[in-house]
Amino acid sequence: MAENGTGIGAAVKRKEDIRFITGAGRYTDDIDQAGQAYAVFLRSPHARATIGGIDTAAALQVPGVVAVYTGADLAADGIGDLPCGWLVKSKDGSDMIQPPHPPLAVERVNYVGEPYGIVIADSLQAARDGAEAVAADFDDLPAVVDVATADAADQLHESVPGNQCYDWELGDKAATDAAFADADHVASLDIINNRLIPNAMEPRAAVGDYDAASGVYTLHTTSQNPHLERLVLAAFVQVAPESRLRVVSPDVGGGFGSKIFVYAEETAVIWAAGKLRRAVKWRADRSESFLADAHGRDHVTKAELALSSDGTFLGLRVKTIANMGAYLSTFASSVPTYLYGTLMAGQYKTPAIYVEVRAMFTNTAPVDAYRGAGRPEATYVVERLVETAARDLSMDPAEIRRRNFIQPEDFPYATPVALTYDTGDYEASLDKALEHIDYAGFAARRAASEANGNRRGIGFSSYIEACGLAPSQVAISLGAGVGLFESAEVRVNVTGSVTVITGSHSHGQGHETTFAQVVSDRLGIPLDDVEVVHGDTARSDYGLGTYGSRSIAVGGSALIRATDKIIAKGKKIVAHNFETTEDNIDFTDGVFAEQESNRSMAFAEVAFAAYVPANFPLDELEPGLSEKAFYDPGNFTYPAGTHICEVEIDGETGVSTIVAFVAVDDFGNVINPMIVEGQVHGGLCQGIGQALLEHGVYDDAGQLVTGSYMDYCMPRADDVPSFTVDTTVTPCTHNPLGVKGCGEAGAIGATAAVMNAVTDALGVKSLPMPATPETVWKALGGAG
Amino acid sequence: MEVTLTVNGASHTLDVPDNALLVEVLRERLGLTGTHVGCDTSQCGACVVHMDGCAVKSCTVLAGQADGADVTTIEGIGTVDALHPMQEAFRDCHALQCGFCTPGMIMAAIDLVQSTDDLDEQGVRDGLEGNLCRCTGYHNIVRAVLAARDNM
Ligand code: FES
Ligand code: FES
Repeated sequence: MAENGTGIGAAVKRKEDIRFITGAGRYTDDIDQAGQAYAVFLRSPHARATIGGIDTAAALQVPGVVAVYTGADLAADGIGDLPCGWLVKSKDGSDMIQPPHPPLAVERVNYVGEPYGIVIADSLQAARDGAEAVAADFDDLPAVVDVATADAADQLHESVPGNQCYDWELGDKAATDAAFADADHVASLDIINNRLIPNAMEPRAAVGDYDAASGVYTLHTTSQNPHLERLVLAAFVQVAPESRLRVVSPDVGGGFGSKIFVYAEETAVIWAAGKLRRAVKWRADRSESFLADAHGRDHVTKAELALSSDGTFLGLRVKTIANMGAYLSTFASSVPTYLYGTLMAGQYKTPAIYVEVRAMFTNTAPVDAYRGAGRPEATYVVERLVETAARDLSMDPAEIRRRNFIQPEDFPYATPVALTYDTGDYEASLDKALEHIDYAGFAARRAASEANGNRRGIGFSSYIEACGLAPSQVAISLGAGVGLFESAEVRVNVTGSVTVITGSHSHGQGHETTFAQVVSDRLGIPLDDVEVVHGDTARSDYGLGTYGSRSIAVGGSALIRATDKIIAKGKKIVAHNFETTEDNIDFTDGVFAEQESNRSMAFAEVAFAAYVPANFPLDELEPGLSEKAFYDPGNFTYPAGTHICEVEIDGETGVSTIVAFVAVDDFGNVINPMIVEGQVHGGLCQGIGQALLEHGVYDDAGQLVTGSYMDYCMPRADDVPSFTVDTTVTPCTHNPLGVKGCGEAGAIGATAAVMNAVTDALGVKSLPMPATPETVWKALGGAG
Repeated sequence: MEVTLTVNGASHTLDVPDNALLVEVLRERLGLTGTHVGCDTSQCGACVVHMDGCAVKSCTVLAGQADGADVTTIEGIGTVDALHPMQEAFRDCHALQCGFCTPGMIMAAIDLVQSTDDLDEQGVRDGLEGNLCRCTGYHNIVRAVLAARDNM
């Protein structure tokens, strides 16, 4: 791999940065359509209520107000429910229960902030004034907020007895129970995985437009997967057929999962644009983002690990209650099941595992994938439990992990929870991390802290994730409603420059650079000759977008398939030119050369020949040089690594300071190490945020207490350290680039490492997240 | 009301509502969409511009308060061919991912470097405490600001 240059493996500076650092980025809110109107949503002030009546008369009198629509208007127009795309089955074989989810509430509201109407006006101010003038009657009902007791509370949805969406299981219960019966020791933990609010810095936005002459709808919106948005709006919600619905995601300011989903707002905006035959624009205020973006995590778990006296893991039993919020968001059901239970083996040879998950509805915002999606929750369970077991048995936390790691010679390794890991070397990452943190010197550092009246702790997290979502056959057999392949098109232009069109979508990941690196490397052409296009359903084939650390593993593989086809076609053209056969033509470094002769053609010459086909044998050789490919992965990829966190706790104030954080990750081959490190840094910060700062809290009445940056504590520059980030490499065995994906690892590994360090420093078994100074201070023995 | 302000060297006289915010004038009236809006409580810093040489959150400044002021936005500090050292450093250090916080971050960082002697890592972290970034974990932003400090 190239250390220098611009090819695969080089730390190339990003192409997209020029527009972002000069203020020339183009985000959805930067887009205006001629004559556009502005939308403001009517949102429920109640966590649970029936809607009595909505009086819009006064609002319609407000100067500038064009229309007020409610849920009933959308329903009357045949606009369907927002669907959930993954069907999970309960233990008894029955389907999960999916309650109706109209884009705008019709009869009932079920969480604070749920939209029940849309006010459209000539100006934003008039729309706001109009919204103020709407008088809605609500019959307030008691809210169901606590997920742990939701089964015994009032029933929220007519079709959902006991508020239970599903009761799912995975693994061999009998074998696991037997392992526990034989165990020398059982380590157990009660865990709450705190609710998080994603907070991409760009709030969601949508600009809907309708062209009456052609009947074409165009929706610009902040989506991580514009094709999925189009599919859902066309096939399920039925705004317009796909051929007349274009979805464009221009520059998107971060997503972290929250912009995967198809939401009420863009649905209502594009529908209203058609109704009014006029463009309609909406941008969320941050307070709306807090209320109505899908939240993340929110599990209550009991977990037990059975061990022999020498620290060998014998069995793992996990029982989780997962909060779905008020409705099923687009992929909500898959997160605490197939992205969670399947990860419970971690990096270990635990022979018997049994996981049960009950998904419950509550009067809170819907919960869905947030960076890591299920895998951080699984890692938190496994790695907190392993640390607890080490403490119970007075074993070194590094040693207990080492003793139980799956070894390099064990791959491919089939876990007891449905996955087959292809490759890995877990000790290599652990060893490197121990070296970086100077594990040998920790005891002295701890003593020094204690001498100053402070506490110091160290915490490990040896995580694994299943990424590269996803092998369609596996996913569909487990309930996925869509294929999870990716598409790529490599369009060679007449004079040899290349346009790459991908179904992946970049909202910060830098695909315009990394994908160009891959293609320029493969085709032997300059990086500047490759442009990457993404985010527009009118310009690319069907694609599945970006989430689940899938873009390079799945989208990059599709790209390789397409470039392979380009090279094959190029050989045909050259063979024709030289009057020989393709197998006499080699392609290296951008040059097609005839074997055993000195005749050759450069890439650009071949491109030109393809488009100026003077004497092509047309029934054997078509003009043009443009190829497409769809790639469906054979397996998930399995990035893994060890994160180690060292904290110092102020003995007087309870403030935890992360004094060192080491992350050693195995992402397989790396295309651009600079970008990979950046992805890890960002993930670590979010993982640390969950452990120490962030918490989405509802009060008993279902009001969101943490609805702004004054109450929801986001990590700021002075809350986090500089990180030590390193890699080990075992290339993925089943995709052409040998890549695994790196987007979520930081957020998956970090939280457990931090909490293991904080509990180590305090000498306590567990502590609720976030470990705020107040929580820590109380654990230090401060007055309660 | 009528306000006159200089933005990136050009003078503009505009008729605006009394409650118009500087950020609205910049984005909606002058088409300078490089300045972003990330919150409604003056806490994210996506909207930071310079007013008479000092960093301000333009979502918290009324257009009327900017009457007579000299305003510089991200569009005014450098060009594609002649980047400001802070812009250069952000790119060199990979201090941005989605780019949404970036204009505000760069404008805040320039003011921080200009107004602080002996700026070190902790100084950068403390000084950028008013600017949120959800993507980078701040690691590379801190590196970039320290690198730009040496080139400004
Ligand atoms: S927009 Fe957030 S501080 Fe101005
Ligand atoms: S780069 Fe995305 S928020 Fe900072």
